[in-house]
Amino acid sequence: MIPVFVIIPLACAFVIPLVAKKYEVLAPAVAGVGSFLLLVFSIWSIFLLGGDGHVVYEVGNWQPPVGIPMVVDGLSVLMLLVVNVTGFLSLVYSVPYMKKFTSARYYYTLFALLLAGLNGVVISGDLFNLFIFVEITAIASYALVAFGTERQELEAAFRYAVLGTLASAAILLGIGLAYSHTSTLNLADMAEVLSAEGAGGVVIPFVTVLFVAGFGLKAALVPFHSWLPDAHPAAPAPISAMLSGVVIKTIGVYALVRVLFNVFGMTQATTDVLIWLGIISMAVGVLLAIGQWDFKRLLAYHSISQIGYVVFGIGLGTPLGIAGGLFHLFNHSLFKSLLFLNAGSVEQAAGTRKLDELGGLSEKMPVTSWTSLVASLSIAGVPPLCGFWSKLIIIIAAFQAGHVIGAVVCIGTGIITLASFLKVQRYAFFMRKGEVKDFIKEAPLLMQISMVALAVLCVLVGILFVPFLSEVIQPATDVLLRGTGAFADFNLLGV
Amino acid sequence: MKEHGMSLPVKRITRITVALIFFYGLYIAIHGHLSPGGGFAGGVIFALSMIHIVLAFGRENTMKVLSGAAASMLESAGALAFLLIALGGVFAGAFFLNFLPEGEPFSLFSAGTIVFSNMAIFVKVGAGLFAVFLVMALLRTDDSVQNNEGEDR
Repeated sequence: MIPVFVIIPLACAFVIPLVAKKYEVLAPAVAGVGSFLLLVFSIWSIFLLGGDGHVVYEVGNWQPPVGIPMVVDGLSVLMLLVVNVTGFLSLVYSVPYMKKFTSARYYYTLFALLLAGLNGVVISGDLFNLFIFVEITAIASYALVAFGTERQELEAAFRYAVLGTLASAAILLGIGLAYSHTSTLNLADMAEVLSAEGAGGVVIPFVTVLFVAGFGLKAALVPFHSWLPDAHPAAPAPISAMLSGVVIKTIGVYALVRVLFNVFGMTQATTDVLIWLGIISMAVGVLLAIGQWDFKRLLAYHSISQIGYVVFGIGLGTPLGIAGGLFHLFNHSLFKSLLFLNAGSVEQAAGTRKLDELGGLSEKMPVTSWTSLVASLSIAGVPPLCGFWSKLIIIIAAFQAGHVIGAVVCIGTGIITLASFLKVQRYAFFMRKGEVKDFIKEAPLLMQISMVALAVLCVLVGILFVPFLSEVIQPATDVLLRGTGAFADFNLLGV
Repeated sequence: MKEHGMSLPVKRITRITVALIFFYGLYIAIHGHLSPGGGFAGGVIFALSMIHIVLAFGRENTMKVLSGAAASMLESAGALAFLLIALGGVFAGAFFLNFLPEGEPFSLFSAGTIVFSNMAIFVKVGAGLFAVFLVMALLRTDDSVQNNEGEDR
């Protein structure tokens, strides 16, 4: 029953405009039920994988490579969890948060489309379908960034749309070239054709360059990051959480890594590119974050830096490095979305997100304050929270792989991240500066629930990291480690 | 009462041509499985026929026939219908399975669910494109009011 991951969000997106015009309350209800079902199915998918580690669904009973398959393997399961855990909790948070916006029903429609695109990217077994779902995600997020329709939001969304479209054009050109070279779009089939052909061609290296630029822009790796610090803060808070927590990883890192590892196969050159993009992103992101006083903008720069960790870990290519990178990808989706939700409730309560105008919020907003403390310590890598373990694994892997520069940058970035979040905690929550304004009060109940749930997950994953690593991260790591052979055992069923 | 739209000859001719354009769009959509075209192309032509009415009769008159809200509803309904056809396949075996009898190749009544999918796309694309045009026609800055001197186009 793999297609449910696309059917449910699409059905929600099409039903909401029909029913919610008359009964506005149905919009969050339909979207909430849909995304709750998605969460249930994605947890169920952990147990779906049998001994061979993957499930293939043939759409319309068409056999691959002619038909379009949907594939769930270890890596997809991890990404489904990332998408749907954050998706559901952001949606719960949206219910009170979006009350101040007019026509909130369009918001829920776009949110459902965003979920449809993200889930579709993860389960697609076909290169062109992957591109289509990437575009669904991207277009839904352009519209969601502009949802406030103020000057700043429209400008950020426009810049995001222009750069995102450039990236999509590069990806589409790459897909076209790969298709003309291999005469197939099926990922499994393409991997087989390319490995039979062997190394030495010029087309695939060129396509790799296009994909690194295109998906790298969607993932906001450093030379391609300039849209992110505008777009992510401009969106409504739950959408910032989705964009930073999920979207850049799914349509950026996941799509890139899936194609490079499982279809094209890693070469020394691509390994080096990923490692150095990761190192540069880590360092530049965190250095740019130091001087920020806008709460959400600071978080956005830290997203660039943390994505650097993920790409660096995966780029190392060793089992430990990939496991660390994927584990950090999951952890970052938890604590970064939690931080953006915190920023949203601070902005809603205090009317500003400038850190130097806030202060003393821990008395008036205890839930927001404590959950943000958990998230800040997680992102800074304080044991025993989840961010500590993944960073530790990446650093150990870097030393084992003999990449001392990378390991040192990882450690240095961690220290600056800690300093940066101590600043957030001090200025926003703990330091008292004059009287705390009377009108500031704690966020509504549903917003509190979703923040607490994410904080609890941060702590739980940190404490129970051993079973989590063996149950979820290990199968995902195996998929990448198998390289171009990952699809081999289910390739060309009956053909 | 203020007269909307263009002059009388234009309106007269439009009355005739709009029907032709609309039926041509429908023809393209219905024959989607037999000839080039299909739901998307047919839907675009359907939207063009509606845009024709807006240009000739003004948007106030057109909105009485098909308002923006109705177009938006139709668009969602079309998309939902497409999804339901695909879902029908799930109960017959697989998502997007063509579960209806395929019939004789190259005859009009053949190809199973593809005809219905084309009609769903026809409605969705036609209503969606018309809604986009309507939104752009509704948005007018002070400049455009001055240039057109209040004339409705």
